[in-house]
Amino acid sequence: MFEGLSEKLSSIFDSLTRRGALSEEDVNLALREVRRALLEADVALDVVRSFVDKVRARAIGANVVKSVTPGQMVVKIVNDVLIETLGSDADPINLDAAAPVAIMMVGLQGAGKTTTAAKIAKRLKEQMGRKVLMASLDVKRPAAQEQLAVLGRQVGVDTLPIVAGQTPVQIAVRAEQAGRLQGYDVVLFDTAGRTHIDEALMQEMVEIKAASRPHEILLVADSLTGQDAVHLAKNFDDRVGITGIVLTRVDGDGRGGAALSMRAVTGKPIKLLGSGEKMDALEDFHPSRIANRILGM
Amino acid sequence: FTKRKLDAAMLDELEEVLIRADLGVATATHIAGLVGKGRYDKSIEVDEVKTILAEEVERVLAPYARPLEIDPAIKPFVILVVGVNGSGKTTTIGKLAAQFSQEGRKVLLAAGDTFRAAAIEQLRLWGDRLNCAVIAGNQGSDASALAFDAIRAARESGADILIMDTAGRLQNRAELMAELEKIVRVMKKVEPAAPHAVLLVLDATVGQNAVSQTEIFSKVAGVTGLVMTKLDGTARGGILVALAEKFQLPIHYVGVGETAADLAPFAARDFARAIAGLDETDAPRH
Ligand SMILES: Nc1nc2c(ncn2[C@@H]2O[C@H](COP(=O)(O)OP(=O)(O)OP(=O)(O)O)[C@@H](O)[C@H]2O)c(=O)[nH]1
Ligand SMILES: Nc1nc2c(ncn2[C@@H]2O[C@H](COP(=O)(O)OP(=O)(O)OP(=O)(O)O)[C@@H](O)[C@H]2O)c(=O)[nH]1
Ligand SMILES: [K+]
Ligand SMILES: [Mg+2]
Ligand SMILES: [Mg+2]
Repeated sequence: MFEGLSEKLSSIFDSLTRRGALSEEDVNLALREVRRALLEADVALDVVRSFVDKVRARAIGANVVKSVTPGQMVVKIVNDVLIETLGSDADPINLDAAAPVAIMMVGLQGAGKTTTAAKIAKRLKEQMGRKVLMASLDVKRPAAQEQLAVLGRQVGVDTLPIVAGQTPVQIAVRAEQAGRLQGYDVVLFDTAGRTHIDEALMQEMVEIKAASRPHEILLVADSLTGQDAVHLAKNFDDRVGITGIVLTRVDGDGRGGAALSMRAVTGKPIKLLGSGEKMDALEDFHPSRIANRILGM
Repeated sequence: FTKRKLDAAMLDELEEVLIRADLGVATATHIAGLVGKGRYDKSIEVDEVKTILAEEVERVLAPYARPLEIDPAIKPFVILVVGVNGSGKTTTIGKLAAQFSQEGRKVLLAAGDTFRAAAIEQLRLWGDRLNCAVIAGNQGSDASALAFDAIRAARESGADILIMDTAGRLQNRAELMAELEKIVRVMKKVEPAAPHAVLLVLDATVGQNAVSQTEIFSKVAGVTGLVMTKLDGTARGGILVALAEKFQLPIHYVGVGETAADLAPFAARDFARAIAGLDETDAPRH
């Protein structure tokens, strides 16, 4: 469906058979295509702009080695800068704190928080042998707590018993106590979805953080997100200080530019990728894979 | 009021306003071009430009702002709700059921998401809230079998409208799309004209992928209209502008929150003004 950037750039450069250093004029021509490709991949406009500036600075005057065409050379520079911006390597969930280690999931409605919480719990239990408790603090979405309970049973991880009528903060306190008193290694706090401009709910999230004292705060976001990715990532980060990002629905056919936007605007690592509805569809983040996808290669 | 020349720089700025609202590069360039037509090099008030921009966007959308019409002669009128994971299908069904019930119609809901944990329970709770009957199978059971039972149950109970929920699925997952195709096929066996409406629920925060969603869901399930949710956030949902002309589908409703009342008819003018960065009230920003 999408034409790869490398094909576009090589067709631009086809007319230029010159070798040697890339001229400013050539680079600017190529960067117009780069800008367009990034915008079509849903990278946020301001992020595209600073990205393109970085590539320009590196490309002008760069020596084109014999074995590659100027188009391939620009693609290589773009790819290098992309990978640098996305973060160099897989950054795992950090459990380096006194037990029970609290992990809090936050994000917009429907992003995949509850599903991802259960996937992470399964992974911590099976691959790292941790004793995990999950608690749903979502008292808003119909059957949200029930959803986490069902997933807990599916993956063989305990969930905090549901007590009707408690506030999210009360549940958080109860979960923290249960985690401590019952010898859990990790407590996962699933929270209700919230739009980042809903002041009451953003305040509630801050209070949940105070009550649960999380070691990791993971922003769960849809990899299909458009231009709004920068705003949502920045607002969540400003309010609670996220420690990492989980991108869901990478099993889709989206170009995933939101990854670049959110990483660039928060500086926080992308830790995990959700790649399906099933409980084992959780993958480590590898920047080169996302970079290729953004570039349509 | 400050005046400026409508030049290339200004058109670039307008294009950027549209790109930020998720219209995509091609549509943004096209619409910015329409604003420039006949006005290029002329002096123009800065506030006026945004109004013109909004008018151009509105012009594209207006023909598609059409309500979902329920033909009272068709009973039960069958509505199938489809879309990717988490877009807001189940919640939108709750909102629609609330609206139809208020209009005095008898609604039956079918819990066709037999996959996701507690999806059936979620729809049941909406049913309880609204006093609507809900027909459901077991988790993991075949959704097309439920489609069959639901149309029969709707007939037998004299329901005016049957709304069927489906599991969220990404449009590139062929096996899941085949399941959806089967639901439609089975419905037609019981009632050849069913489903009478197929609503695709799109999340406003989603960017360019909404094009592929609309294309493939239309092909597989015969989408008849769109609903865009989560417009209460900061996402503008501008991809609708690209979708409108490409697919010529009516846009029925927008979702603006999580409660039963948070469903509004799609209003091209309000939507366009929000995209152009104008407030719903007429006060220009900055
Ligand atoms: N295809 C796919 N679907 C996913 C992925 N992660 C989650 N989902 C689905 O997305 C939908 C929403 O997931 P939830 O976990 O309920 O999302 P949430 O953020 O907890 O939603 P709220 O609590 O309502 O805000 C469900 O249908 C999940 O099965 C993923 O990586 N890929
Ligand atoms: N802010 C806001 N949230 C919404 C809107 N519509 C739905 N939601 C929320 O989005 C989340 C997902 O909604 P659902 O109705 O469960 O979505 P779905 O498409 O049925 O999800 P799956 O069945 O898992 O694919 C829930 O938390 C809803 O409350 C809306 O218009 N605005
Ligand atoms: K979403
Ligand atoms: Mg949830
Ligand atoms: Mg649902």
